Amino acid sequence: MTGVVTAKRAAKSTPSHAGRDEQRKRAQAHERHHEKHATKHERKRKHKKRKPPHKRTARPHGTAVMAPPVAPSAPPPASAAPVPTLGSPPIVLEQANRLLWRAGFGPTYGEAEEFVGQPLQQVVYGLTRPAGSATLTGPEPVDEEGNALDPANVWGEDHCWWLDRMVRSNQQLVERMTFIFHDWFANSNEQVNSQQLMLDQNELFRSMALGDFDDLFLAVTTNPAMLLFLNGTSNRVGEPNENYAREMMELFSLGADRGAYTEDDVREMARALTGWRNDWSAELGSYNFRFDPTYHDTGLKTVFGQTGNWNYEDAVRLCVSHPLHPSFFVTKLWGYFIPTQPTEATLASLQGLYTSSGYSIRAVVEAILQHPEFYEGPELVTPPVVYNAGLLRSISRPIDTTAWAWLSANAGQQLFYPPNVSGWDFTSWLDTSTAKARWEMASYVTSKTYPNPWPAEGEPEYSATEDPATALSSALEYWANPLLSSESEELIAAFAQSCLQEPLAEWEQSPYRAMRQNALRMLIATSPDMQVS
Amino acid sequence: MAESCSCTGFTRSQLLRRGAAVAGKGLPSIERGMPLPAGTGLDRRTFLLRSAGAALSVYGASMLSPRHFEEGIAQAAAAAGPNQPVLVSIFMEGGWDALSVLAPVKEARYRELRPTLGLAEGAGRVFSEDENLMWHPAAGGLAELHEEGKVTTFPAIGYQPADESHFTSRHYWEVGQLDANARTGWMGRYLDLTGEPGNPLQGLSLDYSLAPALATSRMPVAAVSSPADYTMWAYGMGEPISGPALDTFGALGTLSAPSPAYEQARNASYDTGLVLDKMTSFVRTEKESGDASQVTYPTGEFAERLAVLAAMLHNEMPITCASLNAVGSYDTHSNEAATLAANLEQTVTALVAFQRDLEARELDQRVLIELWSEFGRRPMENGSGTDHGAGGVAFLIGTRAAGKMVGEFPGLTNLDVNENLLNTSDFRSMYCALLEQWFQTEAGLVIPEAASFERPQLVR
Repeated sequence: MTGVVTAKRAAKSTPSHAGRDEQRKRAQAHERHHEKHATKHERKRKHKKRKPPHKRTARPHGTAVMAPPVAPSAPPPASAAPVPTLGSPPIVLEQANRLLWRAGFGPTYGEAEEFVGQPLQQVVYGLTRPAGSATLTGPEPVDEEGNALDPANVWGEDHCWWLDRMVRSNQQLVERMTFIFHDWFANSNEQVNSQQLMLDQNELFRSMALGDFDDLFLAVTTNPAMLLFLNGTSNRVGEPNENYAREMMELFSLGADRGAYTEDDVREMARALTGWRNDWSAELGSYNFRFDPTYHDTGLKTVFGQTGNWNYEDAVRLCVSHPLHPSFFVTKLWGYFIPTQPTEATLASLQGLYTSSGYSIRAVVEAILQHPEFYEGPELVTPPVVYNAGLLRSISRPIDTTAWAWLSANAGQQLFYPPNVSGWDFTSWLDTSTAKARWEMASYVTSKTYPNPWPAEGEPEYSATEDPATALSSALEYWANPLLSSESEELIAAFAQSCLQEPLAEWEQSPYRAMRQNALRMLIATSPDMQVS
Repeated sequence: MAESCSCTGFTRSQLLRRGAAVAGKGLPSIERGMPLPAGTGLDRRTFLLRSAGAALSVYGASMLSPRHFEEGIAQAAAAAGPNQPVLVSIFMEGGWDALSVLAPVKEARYRELRPTLGLAEGAGRVFSEDENLMWHPAAGGLAELHEEGKVTTFPAIGYQPADESHFTSRHYWEVGQLDANARTGWMGRYLDLTGEPGNPLQGLSLDYSLAPALATSRMPVAAVSSPADYTMWAYGMGEPISGPALDTFGALGTLSAPSPAYEQARNASYDTGLVLDKMTSFVRTEKESGDASQVTYPTGEFAERLAVLAAMLHNEMPITCASLNAVGSYDTHSNEAATLAANLEQTVTALVAFQRDLEARELDQRVLIELWSEFGRRPMENGSGTDHGAGGVAFLIGTRAAGKMVGEFPGLTNLDVNENLLNTSDFRSMYCALLEQWFQTEAGLVIPEAASFERPQLVR
């Protein structure tokens, strides 16, 4: 396809390349579609010369990433004092909105408004204490042709299958916690190479999302996708592989640069974790994951100064009972919901709550979601997948295309493909590449409901008289009336007011108003205000 | 109506006032970021960019006008001159295995440590500066450039005390100091010092997101995943509406930002508007080419990005620092032999094509490539792979690279306390020398404690 490429190499296509190729192929198809439309519009277009826009004043700024909350090396001791809480005042719209975006995947039409006036604690408990199994409301997910998804076998359909749960589940926090643990224990199918094993792991996260962390951690340690991803089944007596040993401490339970463990601890921990193996066949791939005592190093290991014939269960227990684990756990979890560092007092109380509740994830989340800083503190950037799900929820669009997989990948987040074992970088979601990708994503969200400026014969034409204020409120209504800053709304209003070059010819009245409506929808959905909550 | 503005006869501040008055919310204050009337524009420059089988040339009025960008480009190009040095940073993610890239095949200890992964003598080319070392067979292209004197080799680069965490070590390299809390990249700080507030392409990440080494505190920088396709389009939004709409999209980025998250979102909008201006200067016009590369690149995203980068430099786009990720991951805890060979081969082949393209376009005097990884891997293998290590290998590639090894290969007899390769050069020393010899900038302004690092001769 390129002028500079004349020789096609028979490159070995790894799954990742296959995915990327697929992505590029689809993006190019999109591009062609766009060009086709552009040409069609070109024909109708009357060429009005547009003067160049005014130069925007350069706004000196950098791109330094935000500092995420990090557990201190010397945390305060755990405290039995209650975690600070906002109490249970009647919830206001801004609070409901933030709660729905941060603990779920954004409000559906009218959902935030419905919560207004209810006691805050009751609304939080509605999220943290769901009853029974989740209900998925609305049409089942399908691809472009209306076929059911095949998440275990087709590239990108795993992503769309989960996105569907995010969009339709009535247990929003359970999905959000599943999403958080996918980042916390970040495994990528690029290495695991089995969508089924990734889906199994996903179900594990979901089933234990609000349970006890020590149980979850142990289950993850022997989870097949994890065993493959961090070489748990390449770790055997005499040939220790340190991959999981290091990350279980650095990323999953204790944190780097805190003096929590030494390089010797990494080596000894690897020995404790030996013993897992699996079989492989061309037909089944990796299967039959099991603990084989003959693969286990039965010698004494010294980890964190404690010596014994440790195995994988001990490994998890030693991490969770490490004095620096509670502060790591509560700070990391806090950071998914709140961008600022918890105060000493909050950190002390959260640690106390975590240990006294028997490592309960639910207890800690519940406290975070009632914490004053959650509602009164600064914004968080909404992750790409949450943004995508939120836009779909706001217009009640079910999953009816698999384009979300590559659109989301371009925006920096494809589910089941985190960039590495530390997960996605939640502090730097937005740059010139990903902002453009969010624009494309938002446009795709409108693809089935946008007013066509050039309708075919017999199709309805857009209003030829809609005034700017009506156009704006209609566009806001389209997205379920999101809360924009007044400054942004004013600028968008100014655009609505000015973008039609009066006087319009008769034939321009309707098409240009349709275009204005589409542009307004795009400007609202892609506004900086909609990227944060 | 007068045509003094992109959208109507109003200046933008008037538009704001009018919009606000209609909305009944009073007048907005005129503050920072409020667009000013355009100055006298320079003549539009025409850029041709050969990419993806098509040349891209100026794309004018139907999108955001590139005028103010052209001013920015012209100013930046004029200020820098055609000889502005360029640094291209290529990251081998995951910690590549130095002892396979440059294998000490003649050391007996190598056979003990690498019973299965050890490369056979004669499998690859001998490294001419130290005959105990052998290039990985898949790195033959590097050997070729090395023999031409275009590769400066750091056979054991690192820092003390070494950190074996991917994320900590990579961060140190990115920020150019051993500080886990540093928030700007070392190239970002250089751009903060010397960059232009209107030129986000000065620090260009050819990727899906910004490279941390380019993170700045004052100057805009950009991430562009596929430069050839940097246009923005939406369903049912054509001209004459899309121009002002995209203009408004960028203008939303100039409004006040009450929190760091808001600031990130505003800045991304603003910068995306700027880059859009610049990139929409390029559109496919196959006929007008005549400017294509004479060099054949391999297929794949990495090679395509390098090809586009060469074309952008050829067209005097004001790029100072560029960053790319190499093909694949080098975190080879298992199945190292096959994985490393495949990824290394694709990376090196593309790099050699890039260098040859630069030479053909006579850009090679201006461009230096830094090839680096967060650490080397453990000398003792674990069966089918290797765990995290310390001392690693890095290269500077380019016609003006000094071509002389920096620090010797320390051998495998004496390892560090964690049984890892010792380092005989420090990455901060490389950065300091690059800043001074390549960018003619005082290293102390960018790298903390610069005075404490040696300055090897890296550039001829």
